[in-house]
Amino acid sequence: MSALLSVVGVSRRFGGYLALNDISCGVAAGHVHALIGPNGAGKTTLFNILSGTLRATSGRIAFDGHDYTGQRPDHVLKMGIARNFQHVRLIRGLSIVENVMVGCHAWIDRGIVGNAAALFGLSSGERAAAEKARELLEFVGVAAKRHVEPPELTLADQRRVEIARALASRPRLLLLDEPAAGMNPAEVNELRSLIQRIRDREITILLVEHHVRLIMEIADNITVLSAGSIITTGPPSVIQRDPAVIAAYLGKSDEPAFGA
Amino acid sequence: MLGSYWESVAVFTGINCLMGISLYVPMMAGLISLGQGGFMAIGAYVCALLTRADVPFALALAAGGCAAAFAGVIVGMPALRIRGIYVMILTLGFGEIVRVFFATFEPTGGASGMGGIRPLTELWHVVVATGAAVLLLWRIRHIRFGRAMIAVHEDDVAAEAMGINLTRTKLLSFALGSLMAGIAGGFYAHQALFIDANQFDFMRSAVTFLYVILGGAGNPFGPIVGAATVTLLPEMLRVVQDWRMTVFGTILVAMAVWRPDGLLPALRARGA
Repeated sequence: MSALLSVVGVSRRFGGYLALNDISCGVAAGHVHALIGPNGAGKTTLFNILSGTLRATSGRIAFDGHDYTGQRPDHVLKMGIARNFQHVRLIRGLSIVENVMVGCHAWIDRGIVGNAAALFGLSSGERAAAEKARELLEFVGVAAKRHVEPPELTLADQRRVEIARALASRPRLLLLDEPAAGMNPAEVNELRSLIQRIRDREITILLVEHHVRLIMEIADNITVLSAGSIITTGPPSVIQRDPAVIAAYLGKSDEPAFGA
Repeated sequence: MLGSYWESVAVFTGINCLMGISLYVPMMAGLISLGQGGFMAIGAYVCALLTRADVPFALALAAGGCAAAFAGVIVGMPALRIRGIYVMILTLGFGEIVRVFFATFEPTGGASGMGGIRPLTELWHVVVATGAAVLLLWRIRHIRFGRAMIAVHEDDVAAEAMGINLTRTKLLSFALGSLMAGIAGGFYAHQALFIDANQFDFMRSAVTFLYVILGGAGNPFGPIVGAATVTLLPEMLRVVQDWRMTVFGTILVAMAVWRPDGLLPALRARGA
Protein backbone atom coordinates (compact mmCIF):
# COMPACT_ATOMS: atom_id res chain seq x y z
CA MET A 1 0.00 0.00 0.00
CA SER A 2 1.48 3.35 -1.03
CA ALA A 3 1.54 6.23 1.41
CA LEU A 4 0.15 9.42 -0.15
CA LEU A 5 1.38 11.44 2.81
CA SER A 6 4.38 10.50 4.90
CA VAL A 7 5.65 12.13 8.04
CA VAL A 8 9.17 11.25 9.18
CA GLY A 9 10.52 12.23 12.59
CA VAL A 10 8.62 15.52 12.87
CA SER A 11 9.09 17.51 16.08
CA ARG A 12 7.84 20.95 16.98
CA ARG A 13 9.00 23.00 19.92
CA PHE A 14 7.30 26.14 21.26
CA GLY A 15 9.97 27.69 23.49
CA GLY A 16 10.59 25.10 26.16
CA TYR A 17 7.46 23.10 25.35
CA LEU A 18 7.77 20.09 23.07
CA ALA A 19 4.38 19.98 21.29
CA LEU A 20 5.32 17.18 18.91
CA ASN A 21 8.02 14.66 19.65
CA ASP A 22 9.48 12.69 16.74
CA ILE A 23 6.24 11.87 14.94
CA SER A 24 6.38 9.37 12.09
CA CYS A 25 3.28 8.14 10.28
CA GLY A 26 1.78 7.68 6.85
CA VAL A 27 -1.62 8.15 5.24
CA ALA A 28 -2.53 5.60 2.58
CA ALA A 29 -4.09 6.82 -0.66
CA GLY A 30 -7.85 6.46 -0.69
CA HIS A 31 -8.18 6.05 3.08
CA VAL A 32 -10.04 8.01 5.68
CA HIS A 33 -7.32 8.28 8.30
CA ALA A 34 -8.29 9.61 11.71
CA LEU A 35 -5.99 11.39 14.13
CA ILE A 36 -7.28 11.28 17.69
CA GLY A 37 -6.00 12.13 21.12
CA PRO A 38 -6.82 14.14 24.23
CA ASN A 39 -6.81 17.95 24.11
CA GLY A 40 -3.28 19.30 23.89
CA ALA A 41 -1.94 16.12 22.28
CA GLY A 42 -0.60 18.10 19.31
CA LYS A 43 -3.19 17.23 16.64
CA THR A 44 -3.77 20.75 15.39
CA THR A 45 -0.04 21.48 15.58
CA LEU A 46 0.58 18.53 13.28
CA PHE A 47 -2.19 19.75 10.97
CA ASN A 48 -0.66 23.19 10.78
CA ILE A 49 2.69 21.67 9.89
CA LEU A 50 1.16 19.44 7.22
CA SER A 51 -0.64 22.41 5.61
CA GLY A 52 2.44 24.65 5.74
CA THR A 53 0.96 27.14 8.20
CA LEU A 54 3.59 26.17 10.78
CA ARG A 55 7.14 24.90 10.31
CA ALA A 56 8.42 21.77 11.96
CA THR A 57 11.43 22.25 14.24
CA SER A 58 12.86 19.06 12.74
CA GLY A 59 11.78 16.17 10.55
CA ARG A 60 10.53 15.80 6.98
CA ILE A 61 7.10 15.66 5.34
CA ALA A 62 6.40 14.28 1.87
CA PHE A 63 3.36 14.20 -0.38
CA ASP A 64 3.18 11.52 -3.06
CA GLY A 65 6.92 10.93 -2.70
CA HIS A 66 7.72 14.64 -3.05
CA ASP A 67 9.39 16.30 -0.05
CA TYR A 68 7.60 19.57 0.77
CA THR A 69 9.06 20.38 4.20
CA GLY A 70 9.03 24.15 4.84
CA GLN A 71 6.86 25.06 1.84
CA ARG A 72 4.41 27.95 2.17
CA PRO A 73 0.66 27.18 2.57
CA ASP A 74 -0.21 28.44 -0.93
CA HIS A 75 2.38 26.06 -2.44
CA VAL A 76 1.09 23.18 -0.33
CA LEU A 77 -2.45 23.83 -1.60
CA LYS A 78 -1.32 23.90 -5.22
CA MET A 79 0.41 20.56 -4.64
CA GLY A 80 -2.96 19.04 -3.76
CA ILE A 81 -3.44 19.34 0.00
CA ALA A 82 -6.42 21.42 1.18
CA ARG A 83 -7.69 22.01 4.70
CA ASN A 84 -10.47 23.46 6.80
CA PHE A 85 -10.01 25.20 10.13
CA GLN A 86 -11.06 24.08 13.60
CA HIS A 87 -12.37 27.61 14.20
CA VAL A 88 -14.15 28.37 10.93
CA ARG A 89 -12.29 30.96 8.87
CA LEU A 90 -14.62 32.01 6.08
CA ILE A 91 -14.09 35.43 4.51
CA ARG A 92 -16.55 38.08 5.68
CA GLY A 93 -17.48 40.53 2.96
CA LEU A 94 -17.67 37.76 0.38
CA SER A 95 -20.84 35.77 -0.24
CA ILE A 96 -20.90 32.02 0.35
CA VAL A 97 -20.45 31.24 -3.34
CA GLU A 98 -17.61 33.78 -3.59
CA ASN A 99 -15.97 32.15 -0.59
CA VAL A 100 -15.99 28.83 -2.39
CA MET A 101 -14.64 30.54 -5.51
CA VAL A 102 -11.66 31.69 -3.44
CA GLY A 103 -10.89 27.99 -3.24
CA CYS A 104 -10.68 27.95 -7.05
CA HIS A 105 -7.94 30.59 -6.89
CA ALA A 106 -5.17 28.13 -7.70
CA TRP A 107 -6.53 27.13 -11.08
CA ILE A 108 -8.33 30.10 -12.66
CA ASP A 109 -7.21 33.09 -14.71
CA ARG A 110 -3.64 33.71 -13.83
CA GLY A 111 -1.92 36.82 -15.07
CA ILE A 112 -3.02 40.23 -16.26
CA VAL A 113 -4.76 39.07 -19.44
CA GLY A 114 -6.99 36.57 -17.65
CA ASN A 115 -7.91 39.03 -14.91
CA ALA A 116 -8.56 41.81 -17.43
CA ALA A 117 -10.86 39.54 -19.44
CA ALA A 118 -12.69 38.72 -16.22
CA LEU A 119 -13.23 42.44 -15.58
CA PHE A 120 -15.43 42.53 -18.68
CA GLY A 121 -17.11 39.22 -17.86
CA LEU A 122 -15.23 37.45 -20.63
CA SER A 123 -13.37 34.87 -18.60
CA SER A 124 -14.12 31.20 -19.11
CA GLY A 125 -12.13 30.45 -15.94
CA GLU A 126 -14.36 32.74 -13.89
CA ARG A 127 -17.48 31.02 -15.25
CA ALA A 128 -15.95 27.60 -14.57
CA ALA A 129 -15.18 28.67 -10.99
CA ALA A 130 -18.74 29.92 -10.43
CA GLU A 131 -20.05 26.64 -11.85
CA LYS A 132 -17.69 24.58 -9.69
CA ALA A 133 -18.70 26.58 -6.60
CA ARG A 134 -22.39 26.00 -7.25
CA GLU A 135 -21.82 22.30 -7.83
CA LEU A 136 -19.84 21.96 -4.58
CA LEU A 137 -22.38 23.91 -2.53
CA GLU A 138 -24.96 21.49 -3.90
CA PHE A 139 -22.66 18.62 -2.94
CA VAL A 140 -22.29 19.75 0.68
CA GLY A 141 -25.96 20.80 0.89
CA VAL A 142 -25.76 24.58 1.33
CA ALA A 143 -26.71 25.64 -2.22
CA ALA A 144 -29.90 27.43 -1.16
CA LYS A 145 -27.97 29.97 0.92
CA ARG A 146 -25.22 30.71 -1.57
CA HIS A 147 -25.86 34.47 -1.81
CA VAL A 148 -25.70 35.34 1.88
CA GLU A 149 -22.61 36.22 3.89
CA PRO A 150 -20.94 33.68 6.22
CA PRO A 151 -22.21 35.05 9.58
CA GLU A 152 -25.79 34.39 8.48
CA LEU A 153 -25.21 30.62 8.38
CA THR A 154 -25.36 28.16 11.26
CA LEU A 155 -22.03 26.82 12.46
CA ALA A 156 -22.72 23.45 10.83
CA ASP A 157 -23.41 25.13 7.49
CA GLN A 158 -20.29 27.29 7.84
CA ARG A 159 -18.26 24.11 8.32
CA ARG A 160 -19.83 22.61 5.21
CA VAL A 161 -18.97 25.74 3.21
CA GLU A 162 -15.38 25.51 4.41
CA ILE A 163 -15.24 21.92 3.21
CA ALA A 164 -16.68 23.01 -0.16
CA ARG A 165 -14.05 25.75 -0.36
CA ALA A 166 -11.29 23.24 0.32
CA LEU A 167 -12.72 20.85 -2.31
CA ALA A 168 -12.85 23.69 -4.86
CA SER A 169 -9.07 23.61 -5.08
CA ARG A 170 -9.32 20.04 -6.49
CA PRO A 171 -7.23 18.46 -3.72
CA ARG A 172 -5.99 14.88 -3.55
CA LEU A 173 -5.68 15.04 0.23
CA LEU A 174 -8.18 16.80 2.46
CA LEU A 175 -7.21 17.74 6.02
CA LEU A 176 -10.32 18.04 8.20
CA ASP A 177 -9.79 19.59 11.64
CA GLU A 178 -12.71 18.73 13.94
CA PRO A 179 -15.48 19.09 11.33
CA ALA A 180 -18.11 17.76 13.77
CA ALA A 181 -17.38 20.25 16.55
CA GLY A 182 -20.56 22.03 17.62
CA MET A 183 -22.81 19.82 15.48
CA ASN A 184 -25.95 18.08 16.75
CA PRO A 185 -26.42 14.31 16.20
CA ALA A 186 -28.43 14.77 12.99
CA GLU A 187 -25.77 17.07 11.58
CA VAL A 188 -23.04 14.60 12.53
CA ASN A 189 -24.88 11.91 10.56
CA GLU A 190 -25.00 14.20 7.52
CA LEU A 191 -21.30 14.91 7.96
CA ARG A 192 -20.54 11.20 8.00
CA SER A 193 -22.32 10.72 4.71
CA LEU A 194 -20.53 13.77 3.30
CA ILE A 195 -17.11 12.41 4.26
CA GLN A 196 -17.99 9.09 2.65
CA ARG A 197 -19.07 10.87 -0.55
CA ILE A 198 -15.80 12.82 -0.56
CA ARG A 199 -13.90 9.56 -0.30
CA ASP A 200 -15.95 8.23 -3.21
CA ARG A 201 -14.46 11.07 -5.27
CA GLU A 202 -11.06 9.43 -4.64
CA ILE A 203 -9.92 12.11 -2.23
CA THR A 204 -7.86 10.89 0.70
CA ILE A 205 -8.90 12.32 4.06
CA LEU A 206 -6.92 12.95 7.23
CA LEU A 207 -9.40 13.68 9.99
CA VAL A 208 -8.90 15.13 13.44
CA GLU A 209 -12.01 14.51 15.50
CA HIS A 210 -13.26 14.03 19.05
CA HIS A 211 -16.53 12.43 18.01
CA VAL A 212 -15.70 8.80 18.78
CA ARG A 213 -18.71 7.18 17.13
CA LEU A 214 -18.13 9.09 13.89
CA ILE A 215 -14.49 7.99 13.80
CA MET A 216 -15.23 4.36 14.56
CA GLU A 217 -17.79 4.31 11.76
CA ILE A 218 -15.81 5.91 8.94
CA ALA A 219 -12.09 5.66 9.63
CA ASP A 220 -10.01 3.01 7.85
CA ASN A 221 -7.10 3.70 10.12
CA ILE A 222 -6.60 5.57 13.36
CA THR A 223 -3.47 7.17 14.77
CA VAL A 224 -3.59 8.01 18.46
CA LEU A 225 -1.57 10.97 19.66
CA SER A 226 -0.96 11.79 23.31
CA ALA A 227 1.28 14.47 24.78
CA GLY A 228 3.05 15.00 21.46
CA SER A 229 3.86 11.34 20.77
CA ILE A 230 2.14 8.60 18.80
CA ILE A 231 0.78 5.87 21.05
CA THR A 232 -0.39 3.53 18.33
CA THR A 233 -1.83 3.21 14.83
CA GLY A 234 -4.38 0.66 13.68
CA PRO A 235 -7.90 -0.05 12.45
CA PRO A 236 -10.84 1.03 14.66
CA SER A 237 -11.55 -2.46 16.00
CA VAL A 238 -8.01 -2.74 17.40
CA ILE A 239 -7.79 0.83 18.71
CA GLN A 240 -11.04 0.48 20.66
CA ARG A 241 -9.54 -2.29 22.79
CA ASP A 242 -6.00 -0.95 23.13
CA PRO A 243 -5.24 -0.50 26.85
CA ALA A 244 -2.71 2.28 26.15
CA VAL A 245 -5.37 4.28 24.28
CA ILE A 246 -7.90 3.81 27.05
CA ALA A 247 -5.31 4.88 29.62
CA ALA A 248 -4.45 8.02 27.61
CA TYR A 249 -8.09 9.07 27.46
CA LEU A 250 -9.41 7.91 30.81
CA GLY A 251 -6.38 7.61 33.03
CA LYS A 252 -4.71 4.41 34.20
CA SER A 253 -6.90 1.38 34.86
CA ASP A 254 -6.07 1.26 38.58
CA GLU A 255 -7.62 4.69 39.03
CA PRO A 256 -11.39 5.20 38.99
CA ALA A 257 -12.21 6.34 35.48
CA PHE A 258 -15.08 8.73 36.09
CA GLY A 259 -14.44 9.84 39.65
CA ALA A 260 -15.89 7.87 42.51
CA MET B 1 -20.09 74.89 -21.88
CA LEU B 2 -18.82 75.33 -18.34
CA GLY B 3 -17.07 78.54 -17.41
CA SER B 4 -13.30 78.13 -17.25
CA TYR B 5 -13.46 78.41 -13.47
CA TRP B 6 -15.93 75.56 -13.08
CA GLU B 7 -14.14 73.56 -15.75
CA SER B 8 -10.98 73.84 -13.72
CA VAL B 9 -12.87 72.81 -10.58
CA ALA B 10 -14.26 69.80 -12.49
CA VAL B 11 -10.76 68.73 -13.59
CA PHE B 12 -9.41 68.94 -10.03
CA THR B 13 -12.46 67.03 -8.78
CA GLY B 14 -11.72 64.26 -11.28
CA ILE B 15 -8.05 64.19 -10.27
CA ASN B 16 -9.06 63.94 -6.62
CA CYS B 17 -11.47 61.10 -7.46
CA LEU B 18 -8.54 59.26 -9.04
CA MET B 19 -6.52 59.89 -5.90
CA GLY B 20 -9.32 58.51 -3.74
CA ILE B 21 -9.52 55.38 -5.88
CA SER B 22 -5.72 55.04 -5.78
CA LEU B 23 -6.00 54.66 -2.02
CA TYR B 24 -9.13 52.49 -2.07
CA VAL B 25 -7.41 49.73 -4.08
CA PRO B 26 -4.62 48.89 -1.59
CA MET B 27 -7.16 49.36 1.22
CA MET B 28 -9.12 46.45 -0.27
CA ALA B 29 -6.09 44.31 0.58
CA GLY B 30 -5.86 45.88 4.04
CA LEU B 31 -2.98 48.26 3.28
CA ILE B 32 -3.74 51.83 4.34
CA SER B 33 -1.36 54.30 2.75
CA LEU B 34 -0.70 57.79 4.08
CA GLY B 35 1.80 58.42 1.29
CA GLN B 36 -0.38 58.76 -1.80
CA GLY B 37 0.87 62.33 -2.21
CA GLY B 38 4.35 60.92 -2.73
CA PHE B 39 3.22 58.68 -5.58
CA MET B 40 1.30 61.59 -7.06
CA ALA B 41 4.47 63.72 -6.93
CA ILE B 42 6.51 61.09 -8.74
CA GLY B 43 3.87 60.87 -11.48
CA ALA B 44 3.62 64.66 -11.73
CA TYR B 45 7.35 65.31 -12.02
CA VAL B 46 8.11 62.40 -14.38
CA CYS B 47 5.20 63.32 -16.63
CA ALA B 48 6.11 67.04 -16.67
CA LEU B 49 9.77 66.29 -17.45
CA LEU B 50 8.75 64.10 -20.37
CA THR B 51 6.28 66.54 -21.94
CA ARG B 52 8.96 69.23 -21.62
CA ALA B 53 11.10 66.89 -23.79
CA ASP B 54 8.19 66.76 -26.29
CA VAL B 55 7.09 63.24 -25.43
CA PRO B 56 3.36 62.82 -26.30
CA PHE B 57 1.10 63.48 -23.29
CA ALA B 58 -0.47 60.01 -23.24
CA LEU B 59 2.94 58.35 -23.23
CA ALA B 60 4.24 60.73 -20.56
CA LEU B 61 1.18 60.00 -18.37
CA ALA B 62 1.76 56.26 -18.71
CA ALA B 63 5.46 56.67 -17.88
CA GLY B 64 4.61 58.79 -14.83
CA GLY B 65 2.13 56.16 -13.69
CA CYS B 66 4.65 53.36 -14.17
CA ALA B 67 7.35 55.26 -12.27
CA ALA B 68 4.91 55.68 -9.37
CA ALA B 69 3.93 51.99 -9.58
CA PHE B 70 7.60 51.02 -9.45
CA ALA B 71 8.01 53.16 -6.34
CA GLY B 72 4.90 51.44 -4.99
CA VAL B 73 6.52 48.03 -5.32
CA ILE B 74 9.69 49.28 -3.58
CA VAL B 75 7.67 50.76 -0.70
CA GLY B 76 5.34 47.76 -0.63
CA MET B 77 8.12 45.27 0.03
CA PRO B 78 8.89 46.31 3.61
CA ALA B 79 5.14 46.85 4.11
CA LEU B 80 4.61 43.09 3.65
CA ARG B 81 6.10 42.36 7.04
CA ILE B 82 4.03 44.83 8.99
CA ARG B 83 0.34 45.55 9.43
CA GLY B 84 -2.25 48.19 10.05
CA ILE B 85 -1.00 51.32 11.70
CA TYR B 86 2.65 50.50 10.95
CA VAL B 87 1.94 50.48 7.22
CA MET B 88 0.47 53.95 7.68
CA ILE B 89 3.62 55.16 9.43
CA LEU B 90 5.87 53.62 6.78
CA THR B 91 3.97 55.20 3.89
CA LEU B 92 3.80 58.51 5.75
CA GLY B 93 7.60 58.40 5.95
CA PHE B 94 7.80 57.57 2.25
CA GLY B 95 5.65 60.58 1.37
CA GLU B 96 7.96 62.86 3.34
CA ILE B 97 11.05 61.38 1.65
CA VAL B 98 9.57 62.13 -1.78
CA ARG B 99 8.60 65.66 -0.77
CA VAL B 100 12.05 66.47 0.60
CA PHE B 101 13.67 64.88 -2.44
CA PHE B 102 11.80 67.10 -4.89
CA ALA B 103 12.31 70.16 -2.65
CA THR B 104 16.09 69.71 -2.91
CA PHE B 105 16.51 68.13 -6.36
CA GLU B 106 17.73 71.04 -8.50
CA PRO B 107 17.13 69.56 -12.00
CA THR B 108 13.35 69.79 -11.33
CA GLY B 109 13.56 73.24 -9.79
CA GLY B 110 14.22 72.29 -6.17
CA ALA B 111 12.43 74.45 -3.63
CA SER B 112 11.46 77.06 -6.24
CA GLY B 113 9.36 74.48 -8.08
CA MET B 114 8.92 73.59 -11.70
CA GLY B 115 7.05 75.98 -13.99
CA GLY B 116 6.43 76.32 -17.70
CA ILE B 117 4.38 73.13 -17.89
CA ARG B 118 2.08 73.15 -20.91
CA PRO B 119 -1.72 73.06 -20.32
CA LEU B 120 -2.32 69.61 -21.80
CA THR B 121 -4.91 68.26 -19.38
CA GLU B 122 -8.43 68.51 -20.76
CA LEU B 123 -11.64 67.80 -18.94
CA TRP B 124 -12.54 64.80 -21.09
CA HIS B 125 -9.15 63.14 -20.34
CA VAL B 126 -9.91 63.24 -16.66
CA VAL B 127 -13.51 62.13 -17.16
CA VAL B 128 -12.40 59.10 -19.20
CA ALA B 129 -9.64 58.15 -16.76
CA THR B 130 -11.92 58.49 -13.75
CA GLY B 131 -14.66 56.54 -15.52
CA ALA B 132 -12.24 53.72 -16.28
CA ALA B 133 -11.05 53.67 -12.68
CA VAL B 134 -14.63 53.56 -11.39
CA LEU B 135 -15.43 50.69 -13.72
CA LEU B 136 -12.34 48.85 -12.53
CA LEU B 137 -13.33 49.38 -8.90
CA TRP B 138 -16.91 48.27 -9.55
CA ARG B 139 -15.85 45.02 -11.21
CA ILE B 140 -12.67 44.14 -9.38
CA ARG B 141 -14.35 42.41 -6.46
CA HIS B 142 -15.90 39.94 -8.87
CA ILE B 143 -12.62 38.68 -10.30
CA ARG B 144 -9.89 36.42 -8.95
CA PHE B 145 -7.56 39.26 -7.97
CA GLY B 146 -10.33 41.21 -6.23
CA ARG B 147 -11.46 38.21 -4.20
CA ALA B 148 -7.83 37.58 -3.30
CA MET B 149 -7.45 41.15 -2.00
CA ILE B 150 -10.59 40.88 0.13
CA ALA B 151 -9.51 37.50 1.47
CA VAL B 152 -6.04 38.80 2.36
CA HIS B 153 -7.63 41.76 4.12
CA GLU B 154 -10.14 39.72 6.11
CA ASP B 155 -8.04 36.67 7.03
CA ASP B 156 -4.54 36.21 5.65
CA VAL B 157 -4.10 32.77 7.24
CA ALA B 158 -7.19 31.39 5.47
CA ALA B 159 -6.25 33.22 2.26
CA GLU B 160 -2.80 31.68 2.15
CA ALA B 161 -4.22 28.24 2.97
CA MET B 162 -6.51 28.59 -0.07
CA GLY B 163 -3.57 29.12 -2.41
CA ILE B 164 -3.35 32.91 -2.44
CA ASN B 165 0.18 34.29 -2.68
CA LEU B 166 0.14 37.00 0.01
CA THR B 167 3.25 38.77 -1.27
CA ARG B 168 2.04 39.01 -4.85
CA THR B 169 -1.47 40.12 -3.90
CA LYS B 170 -0.29 42.87 -1.55
CA LEU B 171 2.42 44.16 -3.89
CA LEU B 172 0.09 44.18 -6.89
CA SER B 173 -2.62 46.06 -5.02
CA PHE B 174 -0.07 48.59 -3.84
CA ALA B 175 1.41 48.98 -7.33
CA LEU B 176 -2.04 49.38 -8.91
CA GLY B 177 -2.92 52.12 -6.43
CA SER B 178 0.41 53.88 -7.00
CA LEU B 179 -0.09 53.69 -10.76
CA MET B 180 -3.39 55.55 -10.44
CA ALA B 181 -1.88 58.15 -8.11
CA GLY B 182 0.96 58.66 -10.61
CA ILE B 183 -1.47 59.21 -13.47
CA ALA B 184 -3.47 61.61 -11.31
CA GLY B 185 -0.19 63.46 -10.68
CA GLY B 186 0.45 63.75 -14.42
CA PHE B 187 -2.98 65.26 -14.97
CA TYR B 188 -2.46 67.57 -12.03
CA ALA B 189 0.88 68.92 -13.29
CA HIS B 190 -0.58 69.77 -16.72
CA GLN B 191 -3.57 71.49 -15.18
CA ALA B 192 -1.81 73.43 -12.40
CA LEU B 193 1.06 74.29 -14.83
CA PHE B 194 3.37 74.89 -11.89
CA ILE B 195 4.35 72.24 -9.37
CA ASP B 196 6.51 72.28 -6.29
CA ALA B 197 7.16 69.76 -3.57
CA ASN B 198 4.77 71.37 -1.08
CA GLN B 199 1.76 70.62 -3.28
CA PHE B 200 2.39 66.93 -2.54
CA ASP B 201 2.94 67.15 1.19
CA PHE B 202 1.32 65.22 4.01
CA MET B 203 -1.87 67.29 3.69
CA ARG B 204 -2.35 65.87 0.18
CA SER B 205 -2.05 62.30 1.50
CA ALA B 206 -4.25 63.01 4.50
CA VAL B 207 -6.98 64.61 2.39
CA THR B 208 -6.85 61.60 0.05
CA PHE B 209 -7.41 59.41 3.09
CA LEU B 210 -10.32 61.68 4.02
CA TYR B 211 -11.96 61.12 0.59
CA VAL B 212 -12.18 57.38 1.22
CA ILE B 213 -13.21 57.60 4.87
CA LEU B 214 -15.79 60.32 4.22
CA GLY B 215 -17.26 58.62 1.16
CA GLY B 216 -17.35 55.16 2.71
CA ALA B 217 -14.45 52.71 2.76
CA GLY B 218 -16.72 49.73 2.05
CA ASN B 219 -18.26 51.01 -1.15
CA PRO B 220 -16.52 51.34 -4.52
CA PHE B 221 -18.29 54.66 -5.13
CA GLY B 222 -17.18 55.91 -1.71
CA PRO B 223 -13.92 57.53 -2.85
CA ILE B 224 -15.75 59.29 -5.71
CA VAL B 225 -18.43 60.72 -3.47
CA GLY B 226 -15.85 61.62 -0.83
CA ALA B 227 -13.50 63.33 -3.29
CA ALA B 228 -16.34 65.23 -4.96
CA THR B 229 -17.70 66.37 -1.60
CA VAL B 230 -14.36 67.50 -0.21
CA THR B 231 -13.42 69.27 -3.46
CA LEU B 232 -16.73 70.90 -4.31
CA LEU B 233 -18.08 71.80 -0.89
CA PRO B 234 -15.46 74.47 -0.09
CA GLU B 235 -16.09 75.95 -3.57
CA MET B 236 -19.83 76.13 -2.97
CA LEU B 237 -19.26 77.52 0.49
CA ARG B 238 -17.52 80.60 -0.94
CA VAL B 239 -20.77 82.51 -0.32
CA VAL B 240 -20.10 82.38 3.42
CA GLN B 241 -16.68 83.89 2.68
CA ASP B 242 -14.37 83.94 5.72
CA TRP B 243 -16.41 81.27 7.47
CA ARG B 244 -15.89 78.83 4.60
CA MET B 245 -13.40 76.45 6.20
CA THR B 246 -15.16 76.69 9.56
CA VAL B 247 -18.44 75.55 8.04
CA PHE B 248 -16.61 72.86 6.09
CA GLY B 249 -14.95 71.58 9.27
CA THR B 250 -18.30 71.59 11.07
CA ILE B 251 -19.82 69.49 8.31
CA LEU B 252 -16.97 66.97 8.64
CA VAL B 253 -17.47 66.73 12.40
CA ALA B 254 -21.21 66.27 11.90
CA MET B 255 -20.44 63.49 9.42
CA ALA B 256 -18.23 61.72 11.94
CA VAL B 257 -21.08 61.84 14.45
CA TRP B 258 -24.03 60.82 12.27
CA ARG B 259 -22.44 58.76 9.51
CA PRO B 260 -19.25 57.27 10.97
CA ASP B 261 -19.04 54.65 8.19
CA GLY B 262 -19.03 57.27 5.45
CA LEU B 263 -21.67 58.80 3.21
CA LEU B 264 -22.31 55.60 1.27
CA PRO B 265 -23.24 52.33 3.00
CA ALA B 266 -20.81 49.41 2.87
CA LEU B 267 -21.66 47.24 -0.09
CA ARG B 268 -22.93 43.82 0.87
CA ALA B 269 -21.66 40.74 -0.88
CA ARG B 270 -23.82 39.45 -3.66
CA GLY B 271 -23.65 36.13 -5.42
CA ALA B 272 -21.80 35.56 -8.64
